[in-house]
Amino acid sequence: MKQLLEGSQAVAEAVRLCRPQVVAAYPITPQTHIIEHLAQQVANGELAAEFINAESEFGAASIVLGAVAGGARAFTATASQGLLLMTEVLYNIAGLRLPVVMVCANRAVGAPINIFSDHQDSMALRDAGWIQLYVESNQEAVDTLIQAYRIAEACELPVMVCMDGFFLTHTFESVDLPTQAAVDDFLPPFHFVRTLDPADPMTLGGGSEADNYQEYRSAQQAAVEDAQPVIEAFDAEFDDRFGRAHGGLLQAYRLDGAETALLGMGSLMGAVRDVVDKLRDRGQAVGALRLRCFRPFPAQALVRYLSGVQRIIVLEKAISIGAGGILASELRAALHQAGMMTPVESVIGGLGGRDLTPQVIESVFHETSRDEMGATFRFAPDHVMPDETDHG
Amino acid sequence: MDKRDPFRHNVLTSGHRACSGCGEAMAARMVTDLIGPDAIYINATGCLQVFTTHNQQSAWQAPWIHSVFANAAAVASGVEAALRAKGKDTPVVVQAGDGGTFDIGLQCLSGMIERGHDVLFVCYDNEAYMNTGVQRSSSTPHAVRTTTSPPGRLSQGKHHLKKDVISIIAAHHMPYAATATIAYFPDLKAKVEKAMRIKGPRFLQILSPCPLGWVHDSALSVTVSRLAVETGLFPLIELEHGELTGVMRLAEQKPVEEYLRPQGRFKHLFGSKAGAVELRHLQALADARIRRYGLLDADTQWDTACAMQSVRHGRGGYASSMPTSEAVKNDT
Ligand SMILES: Cc1ncc(C[n+]2csc(CCOP(=O)(O)OP(=O)(O)O)c2C)c(N)n1
Ligand code: SF4
Ligand SMILES: [Mg+2]
Repeated sequence: MKQLLEGSQAVAEAVRLCRPQVVAAYPITPQTHIIEHLAQQVANGELAAEFINAESEFGAASIVLGAVAGGARAFTATASQGLLLMTEVLYNIAGLRLPVVMVCANRAVGAPINIFSDHQDSMALRDAGWIQLYVESNQEAVDTLIQAYRIAEACELPVMVCMDGFFLTHTFESVDLPTQAAVDDFLPPFHFVRTLDPADPMTLGGGSEADNYQEYRSAQQAAVEDAQPVIEAFDAEFDDRFGRAHGGLLQAYRLDGAETALLGMGSLMGAVRDVVDKLRDRGQAVGALRLRCFRPFPAQALVRYLSGVQRIIVLEKAISIGAGGILASELRAALHQAGMMTPVESVIGGLGGRDLTPQVIESVFHETSRDEMGATFRFAPDHVMPDETDHG
Repeated sequence: MDKRDPFRHNVLTSGHRACSGCGEAMAARMVTDLIGPDAIYINATGCLQVFTTHNQQSAWQAPWIHSVFANAAAVASGVEAALRAKGKDTPVVVQAGDGGTFDIGLQCLSGMIERGHDVLFVCYDNEAYMNTGVQRSSSTPHAVRTTTSPPGRLSQGKHHLKKDVISIIAAHHMPYAATATIAYFPDLKAKVEKAMRIKGPRFLQILSPCPLGWVHDSALSVTVSRLAVETGLFPLIELEHGELTGVMRLAEQKPVEEYLRPQGRFKHLFGSKAGAVELRHLQALADARIRRYGLLDADTQWDTACAMQSVRHGRGGYASSMPTSEAVKNDT
């Protein structure tokens, strides 16, 4: 049934449908509404979970770690400073191969402190061993959260669902919430084989040295890599059951016959599609590609989708200070490895909540590449008035 | 199906890599044998974790998890919540060093207690970061030599007092908090058993001599542990809901020197004027603790005034700014 819900509430409803037994969190804007809704659901008896107010995000991440090791399905959510405070534990959850699911309500990282959205927080955790799925809409957030538990538990890997703070978390959208029965059919009860249990005593998290540490790491890498077909398969199965799919690893828009591709992640892509439509109407051969799954990085799928284009513009809301665009760099490596020399323009924008308007996106398309000048990336222009981009 | 090894009954089995005479290993053996294998153990990073697990080997014959240094109490909170959600009441036990309790783990521990998780937190207090090579912690007593509080021309060792962590814990409306040490097994046993009968958060601080870090003969761990109690430096107490409900009284008080002499970590205090000041201060601290907890029938004859000087200023100000009490002035 379709309902008009705030993104945070929609996510909280999706969490409820997944029947977590333990929810632990620490408040931070723009994640707060998610956990407030969950607290209310528990208070109302709608969600039968232990709701734990952690003393910090570091504690919250540790509590869900313990809960999953104790055999319970668990949920947490955070953003920005909170995600960075969790860092040590998030690496640890991944190394312990615990199927924790969390939401990152994407927010900029200080200093200067800023509560608004960009992708710097979750991008900083890209090497932690978590699957990262970036959603575009609140409907996709709901559906991806349900898929996330399925993926996490099938692969014994943690999954971070990344949704743009405010743009999604605080925006009301019409959302189709699945029924409990349908979710129960899709997502079986949690059964963790390495549960801490006196009848089958296991040691989790023991020490390891040079003799086998690298084997643990390579097994972890292989597991995350092998999650690609799983992510695709569960999105397809979700489509069969619920009539909605979100592209699995990535989603193309009007790429057929395109000479230029605009690539990005998250809520920004709605505006990108509008720009593609406008430019297509004017005879420009432009398409878009939305990366949904950033970890594992679907290099082969990207190469496949982009093999026909001559120009790629990567729009991203994060920067590796001292290097440039993160997504663009990884894409360049993937193309290079496939023997392709397609120029990749790296455009960084939308930082700290700045709006990447259709006008800005269009102006980026009309700008000539600065690669010739040796720059590996550029910042998106600040504000562009509608008429400035009217290249007719 | 019960998959336990029927021939190995201890929770902490032999063959681990602790130093000989390790007080922490002894204490952990005592505690885990008393609690038994029908419990889930959460370990902070530290010597106990390092010497019991190595590559694919484990000395634990009970479900055991280690995550990181600071978060043992929060991991335990999550495990306990999972058990509660599943309707199970398996005991949950944290084991951490003093670093994982007094310093980096204090915030998670405070959260665990404040939320009332049904967890026993055991701190093996060896008064320094031993696993990383004997650096000072906030549990290290003042004037102790560690690798990061070395004595030198301007210093007599650690410049700050041992944190009174049990008072901090007790201030959390704590159902049960107690101190114990390896030399007094019946006392330790009674406290572990009592802790296991109580619901909610519980805390045990177990003084665990470390021959490596305290620089004493590894055959003397139990002796040193006993002297810590007999001198009044480490009172054995119980606190319930913040109230003192039990003390182990002393028949007589031994001078702190008997405790300090066998330990190389105090060696620099003997034979110098500046060291004598610190020895007097350590004696005064013992006296103050005896008085505070009523460990002797008669009031002690020792002066306690200089125990009140709790803040020491580092680098140069240490020894010179020290003597404040009349007793110190009279004696030096
Ligand atoms: C975040 C973090 N900082 C530092 C360390 C390094 N470290 C490992 S164990 C340890 C000291 C442990 O001291 P304590 O808790 O007293 O236990 P002990 O080894 O003395 O039993 C330190 C500093 C770490 N593992 N993690
Ligand atoms: S260094 Fe100390 S605490 Fe660590 S194993 Fe050796 S004796 Fe035990
Ligand atoms: Mg220690």
